[in-house]
Amino acid sequence: MIPTHLRQQLEQRVAQAITPREAAVDVMKELQRHYGWLTDEAVAEAAALLGLSPLQVEELATFYEMIYRRPVGRTVIHVCDSISCWAMGGETLLRHLEHLLGIEAGGTTADDAFTLLPCSCLGNCGTGPSLMIGDRLFGPVSPEQAAAIVADHREAG
Amino acid sequence: MSQILFRHDRLDRAVTFAEYRAQGGFRALETALADLSPDAVQQAVIDSGLRGRGGAGFPTGKKWSFVPRNLPGPRYLICNCDEMEPGTYKDRVLLEHNPHLLVEGMALACYALGVEHAFIFIRRGYELAALNLKSSIAEAHKAGFLGANICGSTFNLDLDVHQSAGRYICGEETALMNALEGIRANPRSKPPFPAVKGLWGQPTVVNNVETLANIPAIVAHGPDWFKALAATPEGAGTKLFCVSGHVQRPLCLELPIGTPLGEIIDSHCGGMRPGSTFKACIPGGASTPYFTRDHWTVPMDFDPVAKAGSRLGTGGIVVFDQTTCMVAATLNLVRFFARESCGWCTPCREGLPFVRHILERIEAGRGDMADIEVLREHVAKLNYAFCALAPGAMGPVEGLLRLFEDEVREHITRGKCPVRLTAKG
Repeated sequence: MIPTHLRQQLEQRVAQAITPREAAVDVMKELQRHYGWLTDEAVAEAAALLGLSPLQVEELATFYEMIYRRPVGRTVIHVCDSISCWAMGGETLLRHLEHLLGIEAGGTTADDAFTLLPCSCLGNCGTGPSLMIGDRLFGPVSPEQAAAIVADHREAG
Repeated sequence: MSQILFRHDRLDRAVTFAEYRAQGGFRALETALADLSPDAVQQAVIDSGLRGRGGAGFPTGKKWSFVPRNLPGPRYLICNCDEMEPGTYKDRVLLEHNPHLLVEGMALACYALGVEHAFIFIRRGYELAALNLKSSIAEAHKAGFLGANICGSTFNLDLDVHQSAGRYICGEETALMNALEGIRANPRSKPPFPAVKGLWGQPTVVNNVETLANIPAIVAHGPDWFKALAATPEGAGTKLFCVSGHVQRPLCLELPIGTPLGEIIDSHCGGMRPGSTFKACIPGGASTPYFTRDHWTVPMDFDPVAKAGSRLGTGGIVVFDQTTCMVAATLNLVRFFARESCGWCTPCREGLPFVRHILERIEAGRGDMADIEVLREHVAKLNYAFCALAPGAMGPVEGLLRLFEDEVREHITRGKCPVRLTAKG
């Protein structure tokens, strides 16, 4: 169950929309922020808020890269694998992060702190290779800097 | 003054509303509302020769003119900021530095089109750009440039920011409308075209960020002035080029449209990195066929680039040096498109993974000469996909086969990647 204030906030967002489902992405994102990922419960709650069936929400949820229908760590590290970052050593950066975190791409660390996901272009092509940790974009990232970014985040989080 | 979009000081932050105003910001809107009819604004954009900066290069004024005048109900303008084409980051740079320009451009476009509710559809990950836009919209509201009776006129406008959750296909204009409506973002069939039946079944215009950001200058200075900014006689305006890859100084810069490729790389980006020699580039984002040294003098404008066998696209130039394997680069691009296919139509859903698989085999040294013909066949056949994603994905493959067939053959005959061998000794 989501807290009342969050429910009210989402109901308000839906009420402002031209049609309720226009707010679908916002609702899914907020529920994901609350639960950490879009749980089955969150899908049902989103459906109720939007006046859709859970299957209709599922259809949307599985479409978007930033909506997670599987558990992720507290922080997701996205590493860009598109062409500009690739040219600047993106593959090396990803391998380095795998080694650093002790997981393979797609995996989550044992302490649930981080999930490492390769992703499509982050729009940071001029300063590749790039990564996004939470909502923060970094680039160009050397292996040493990647270690520092992860350590900083671990400390702050 | 040849800089329109980056004319404000390039600070490490966004230009403030006060700074934007002090430098003449929103004056074009004030002038238009006081002195110009919506038709006159539209005519100025038609006369300016502005072509859409999102990739397709369709004349903006012409696109606007397709909106029927007398259909009942609301009509919409959507600013497409779903900038997810690899190699392209110009819209982000623009919005991180001058979001007010887009707000003013949208207000002028909405005035010309009779739109009272417009949306900015912004991709996931552009958090700073979205924040900037939201505060810029709030400031414009407060100053009376948005909302009801703008500048004392009868023109009303609301601007909403819609943040997406990450999917390349959302940048396709009909898929974008589905995404905004909260429907799975598969492309829609055309006709009906969005200008007649778009968002919620109403007439809708979808324009790119850079396109709309050009409107205030066109209104302020006139179509002839705008046309004269170009480096080519047939071109119009400036262009944001975002350069990445193996150049000395990768950056996003505003230059006269039609500036030659070599000049952009050598004069503006400091040439190649030490020890690097230019091998090839993608001239306009991930879906455009390669250019080589032979294309050094091609003016970077829509028609000359098309004539030279590629597309200007978004102006996202990705530069590769001699250590780059073109099969591997093409494989990277095809992997992107195969992953981003919405899966709705068979040629794209089945065709792209098949092409990816062939390229993977060739790159790994397990290719067969017959693969070259199969690839060529797919370049032609994926044109039959429902939208432009699959044909776009074939752009680099076509370029690979046309310009680097020898390199592909060498992979097959040697049974390994020849370039990685040279690169790594």
